[in-house]
Amino acid sequence: MTTLSFEDFPPGRFGSFGPHHVTREDILAFASEYDPQPMHLDEAAAAKSMLNGLSGSGWHLCSLMMRMLCDGFITRTASLGSPGVNEVRWLAPLRPGDDLTLDVDVIEARISRSRPDTGIVMFKSTARNAAGIALCEMTSPIMVARRASAEDLG
Amino acid sequence: MRFFEDMEVGQRSEVGSFTFTAEAIKAFAAQFDPQRFHLSEEEGRKSLFGGLAASGWHVGSVCMKLLVTDTQRRMREATARGETVAVWGPSPGFRELRWLKPVLAGDTISFASEIVAKRASDSRPDWGILQALQTGTNQHGELVFSLVATAFVPRRNASS
Repeated sequence: MTTLSFEDFPPGRFGSFGPHHVTREDILAFASEYDPQPMHLDEAAAAKSMLNGLSGSGWHLCSLMMRMLCDGFITRTASLGSPGVNEVRWLAPLRPGDDLTLDVDVIEARISRSRPDTGIVMFKSTARNAAGIALCEMTSPIMVARRASAEDLG
Repeated sequence: MRFFEDMEVGQRSEVGSFTFTAEAIKAFAAQFDPQRFHLSEEEGRKSLFGGLAASGWHVGSVCMKLLVTDTQRRMREATARGETVAVWGPSPGFRELRWLKPVLAGDTISFASEIVAKRASDSRPDWGILQALQTGTNQHGELVFSLVATAFVPRRNASS
């Protein structure tokens, strides 16, 4: 399989990925381990919360977006990791039974000043439910090897 | 849990520490971030990380776990003292998340949270909006993780 390198990420729409189905059990399992707030675990408490019903942890949604990015293209990209995330906006709740899709845009691509064999690609990723409602927007850079050095990474 | 009026900029709390074992790093990565440097010691050594490295989303999720656990402990203690406990709302997001250094297998990260800003909510008069700097520091005293989180916090005299 061809490995994607920095040159494969020009600014603009990169692609749309999914759907990824999320079950009630998935939501409860993540929340039990990482975010055991009643609004993510308990139907009765969740009904009284600002989110009006059981919802997935925002960290669960971000982790699912990472998985969709990996399945979509990162595991076949000469990725060197990421220094962080500029911004995450949780816009609407993740619900049991949601089928997530992920729209991925490249908003900037530049060569690293400190590592000239590496590029920095700024992605904006938007997770949507089956109704097309945006649940989360994430703006984050990923370091990607340039083509000449990507061949060494295999 | 405290109300908006009880919180002051500069208040800081240590929320606990967590040791990232190789097994936990690989299990999280297999589920959510299956990049080779998160799944294999050898691939980690060959990467910029220099060893088996935890997914950044694993580090962030563990920070959340410790924040929630610490908050729930404080709520139980406040309830036991007969105090009225505030139930915080959901978070609209975060910004400036930085994975400053890799979290490698065997590292123990200590997390803390410090209030950096507070303001009233324009759209929801019963609520205030709080910003907190959350940090993770490894066993060598090096800052490895930080982010600025936003949360809705109820006001003491809210109608609900």
